[in-house]
Amino acid sequence: MKLDNSLPLEYKTEQGRLNILGFWIFLGAEVMLFATLFATYFILAPRTASGPTGAEIFEITPVLIETILLLTSSFTIGLGVHAMRLGRKNAMMTFFGITLLLGLAFLGVEIYEFTHYVNIGAGLQVSAFTGILMTTLGTHGAHVTLGLFWGLFIILQVKKYGLTPKTANKAFIFSLYWHFLDVVWIFIFSFVYLKGMM
Amino acid sequence: MTYFDRFAIPHPSPAIYASMVAIGLTVIAILFGLTYFKKWGYLWREWLTTVDHKRIGIMYLIAALLMLFRGGVDAIMLRAQTAVPDNTLLDAQHYNEVFTTHGVVMIIFMAMPFIYALMNFIVPLQIGARDVAFPRLNALSFWLFFMGAMLFNISFVVGGSPDAGWTSYFPLAGNDFSTSVGTNYYLLSIQIAGIGTLISGINFMTTIFKMRVPSMTLMKMPMFTWTALITNAIVVFAFPVLTVVLLLGTMDRLFGTHIFTMTNGGMDMLWANLFWVWGHPEVYILILPAFGIYSEIVSTFSRRNLYGYKSMVASIVIISFLSFLVWAHHFFTMGQGALANSIFSITTMAIAIPTGIKIFNWLLTMRKGRIEFTVPMLYTIGFIPIFTIGGVTGVMLGMASADYQYHNTMFLVAHFHYTIIPGVVFAMLAGLTYWWPKMFGYMLSEKIGKWAFWFIAIGFNVTFFPMFFTGLDGQARRMYTYSEATGYGPLNLLSFAGAIVLMAGVAILVYNIYYSTRYAPRNIGSDPWNARTLEWATQSPVQSYNFARTPHVESTEAFWDHKKKGKPLFKGKIEKIHMPNNSGMPFIMSSIFFVWGFSFVFSMWIPAIITTIAIFACMAHRSFEKDDGYYIPVEEIEATEKDSEVLTDETR
Repeated sequence: MKLDNSLPLEYKTEQGRLNILGFWIFLGAEVMLFATLFATYFILAPRTASGPTGAEIFEITPVLIETILLLTSSFTIGLGVHAMRLGRKNAMMTFFGITLLLGLAFLGVEIYEFTHYVNIGAGLQVSAFTGILMTTLGTHGAHVTLGLFWGLFIILQVKKYGLTPKTANKAFIFSLYWHFLDVVWIFIFSFVYLKGMM
Repeated sequence: MTYFDRFAIPHPSPAIYASMVAIGLTVIAILFGLTYFKKWGYLWREWLTTVDHKRIGIMYLIAALLMLFRGGVDAIMLRAQTAVPDNTLLDAQHYNEVFTTHGVVMIIFMAMPFIYALMNFIVPLQIGARDVAFPRLNALSFWLFFMGAMLFNISFVVGGSPDAGWTSYFPLAGNDFSTSVGTNYYLLSIQIAGIGTLISGINFMTTIFKMRVPSMTLMKMPMFTWTALITNAIVVFAFPVLTVVLLLGTMDRLFGTHIFTMTNGGMDMLWANLFWVWGHPEVYILILPAFGIYSEIVSTFSRRNLYGYKSMVASIVIISFLSFLVWAHHFFTMGQGALANSIFSITTMAIAIPTGIKIFNWLLTMRKGRIEFTVPMLYTIGFIPIFTIGGVTGVMLGMASADYQYHNTMFLVAHFHYTIIPGVVFAMLAGLTYWWPKMFGYMLSEKIGKWAFWFIAIGFNVTFFPMFFTGLDGQARRMYTYSEATGYGPLNLLSFAGAIVLMAGVAILVYNIYYSTRYAPRNIGSDPWNARTLEWATQSPVQSYNFARTPHVESTEAFWDHKKKGKPLFKGKIEKIHMPNNSGMPFIMSSIFFVWGFSFVFSMWIPAIITTIAIFACMAHRSFEKDDGYYIPVEEIEATEKDSEVLTDETR
């Protein structure tokens, strides 16, 4: 296998470079996916029928906790990739582990939030607004859930095989995915919650 | 027993029972045949587990031809039902189901795999690559498409077909008005196939961006590869919209949300908008590769290089951009107001400009050329006037105020068949005939092929031209019958006669494949058409690694330069070649997807959960799998290449 040693570990093999470009294109598709969900959300958000409006159900505390957890996790995965570039395997695994724990905590708060909505009469089937709200949040939450398993597998592989061009490539691509989920959350935080509370 | 009632067909008829028996017998015959001739191992090793882009291309081709048959049978049933006034061959419900499945099968399960068949086979060869960027994902794409198609096709014998039109507008497609599981089939099967297509889009974009031979800059790519690149870019940006719209439809039908309903704040027009935000780019996904195929054929058989290469590239890029800005022209009459209609009217008509540029470029390529009227060239020359009629009527439909006259009439049906059949079907048949020797090592009979062309071209025009008149006269589409007093009878009968001729043309095409497989000469060399691009610079059929050495390219027509100007194509010595391993996982994972889709269609939650976990387990397995591929040693390559004329005559 030819290695180009002028590049970081994750870019060294031909297949590694292909994987990274392919994943960027995949993220382009994900942008379209969430853009469609957001567009639908904006159209349906005022259509609450006899159900509650956003201002009535949104609470700032859990949302702020979620935001802080996810933003911090994006920072720690950045540290993880930095440690990987320095070749420090244990530091990298630790930061990735912290990232996943933060992601898990985020998911816990989100599940609490969902049960709360259902309990106060804002379940999936109440109105167009609650339906699209939960579908949009749920799609993001499903991405985070998938990411938790994916990240765990990568930590296990780094532990087993060390930092090779292959594992580094996987870890780097996972970090792109995780940052992307953070970007989506920033949009959810700003345009779903803050705008809804105004 | 009530649990099992939903698996029964809501509107049984003798034709459906006959189909059930036929499907059962075919499956038994296939299973028996495979066992009797001991072909299970061959099938598994060589086809089901393959990751070779050429074999995947051939499997797409077989699937597309099967689906052409299915969609064609639907089409004949539609024409037969409307052939005479007050016909009772099909009842209204059955007619609804047939036009719905005809549309879905032809667009999603026939045209899409046909273009991916040719893209898979040709694009890596045209850019001098060993394979696509992600061979394993490529196999997954195919199998997801295939399982989606199978799921859709069992609908009419298990639970009932979708019946809300191929556009499946809500609220008609909602639970209130479509009570059978048919629309669930629609939502889930297209979702599964659509994920496969999205993966293909990513795969081909990466392949074309990164795996071209080093000397091939973007502006030295053959035109078909250019159209493939832009098509896949549209796929990547349009298909996620379809994913979401199908997801939201599924939420409404299975989980009781109110997104597209008429009550509790739902908005039914949202479906129409989102559907066409995907749907309109989709028609350009179909047409752009066709334009690429025509560009290759017209320059090969005019013996001239393509006129206006740069304007061709600019046109396809502009078309791809405009394709996202015209979706509302599909429902001018549904009340979005004069301003929105005017804007979409203008963007719609603007598409005629880049398309017109392409038409003139093809005509100017032929000018002063030494035109050979081969079968692919006949389809190309036939395409130009027929497609232009489709384009002109498209501009007519694009005028919002005039559209109030044409909307949802047979005029529209005639229009889009005048674009899709010459634009896509002619192109695919032309491409199939053109690249057949590259795929299989022998040519299709020119004589029989010309008969097929004339039957198809004449049959097509006789079928669809009368619809312009009945449509302007007010015959609505999707009406299962009409009274004699309307006077639509004679022209509809003419349409039916045309459809029979068209079907005969397709039968001749199938006979041609059979005849040529048996009798066509095999010693035709690797370049029977005297063609121009890189795919003809390797053996036919193509060896697994495509090119023994990396080709060197100086223009869009590297092989022509090599033949006529003596430019060396292959330099350096042969080295060992890295190849990916076969894998059964794409097939297994897609099979699980089939069960997953089926479970959702019938709201069977326990198997749905189990299969969801199984799908993620497949992904986990892939993550931990160690698979570094293998190398083909130099001696083996040299042995394979010994007879290759390309290798020996490079001193010419």
